[in-house]
Amino acid sequence: MKMQYGFPIIVGLAIFIGLLTAPFAVGTMTKTYKQPELKLPANEKKCIESTEFMRTEHMQLLNEWRDWALRDGKRIYTNHEGKEFVISLQNTCMKCHNNKADFCDKCHDDAGVSPYCWDCHIQPEGLK
Amino acid sequence: MKNNRRTFIKLAGIAAAGLAVAPKAMASSGGHSPVKVNPEAVHAKQWAMVIDTTKVHTEEAIAELSKVCHAIHNVPSIEGKREVKWLWSDEYGHTFPEQENPHLAEEVHHRTYMLLCNHCENPPCVRVCPTKATYKRPDGIVAMDYHRCIGCRYCMAGCPYGSRSFNWGEPRKNLDLSKLNPEFPTRMRGVVEKCNFCVERLAVGKMPACVEASKGAIVFGDLYDPDSEVRKVLREKFTIRRKPSAGTEPCVYYVI
Repeated sequence: MKMQYGFPIIVGLAIFIGLLTAPFAVGTMTKTYKQPELKLPANEKKCIESTEFMRTEHMQLLNEWRDWALRDGKRIYTNHEGKEFVISLQNTCMKCHNNKADFCDKCHDDAGVSPYCWDCHIQPEGLK
Repeated sequence: MKNNRRTFIKLAGIAAAGLAVAPKAMASSGGHSPVKVNPEAVHAKQWAMVIDTTKVHTEEAIAELSKVCHAIHNVPSIEGKREVKWLWSDEYGHTFPEQENPHLAEEVHHRTYMLLCNHCENPPCVRVCPTKATYKRPDGIVAMDYHRCIGCRYCMAGCPYGSRSFNWGEPRKNLDLSKLNPEFPTRMRGVVEKCNFCVERLAVGKMPACVEASKGAIVFGDLYDPDSEVRKVLREKFTIRRKPSAGTEPCVYYVI
């Protein structure tokens, strides 16, 4: 069976797929993804839990913190080392991480997420 | 082992017993709760407030208390129908509409009364909230989780005291951003807000801000503790509550 207009169709398809995938190809050839550089607290070496845990689970932790503090009225959190912290985003987390733009926003912007924390909570830089 | 009915039933029985015990055994393994109450916190079965209207009854005095409350809770000041308020004042007829008899004692009739959320024992706002954004805490405080509020305003329709305000616009536009209390959040557009009986202060062992600022005109304590400050005042002085016929059992009492 002979294909009608076989040559132009195949060439056309090849050009089309080439153009479609060009951005990916060019992107991987010319650019490499770099993890955002966070500004870590100067005078505090350890977060409330391990770095790995905080990196992957901080959103769940904040969710639990909210319910414990607001609904159960339990506002003291004991971490895995037995150290105690007051449950508060504004008064505990942001006392060390004292700049939202240099810490929170770095990864959130990269990951394309916009959590609504700061619609109500006040960032340590203050509001303008 | 011979596979007969008898051994099968025996094994099935052991398996069933195991299943019944397993969840509890699993739950208790490493089961220490990572959270606890602040040891400085003050506790009650039902927080209540008594406002002595013989001591605080002028618009200016109440405005002063309102200023303290609104400053620490970042409540925006808006004029008119879109006003947001946690603590405010009104005349006798609006405060006690069921008790406005003709020929009332003039002095009482002409006082201004301090108003706030009544933290009812039977709160209609909690019953109507479709998302459980507002709820009654074990200590009787009718609290709000603003993360959950969808702004349907059922609670505002349910509250017989007008204690709730809706944020029609972005509240931060009507706040002095340089004078915010950085320890307390603001709210966002589209949520309802109200007095929280200073739950964040009780959690660290302090009395509510209005009580502290009132210089003894407002008493705060546990309604179910016969030795508490409020019970002492309630025993000694004649008090009334707002709209008792609504059946909400408000916990703010007024000494007349």
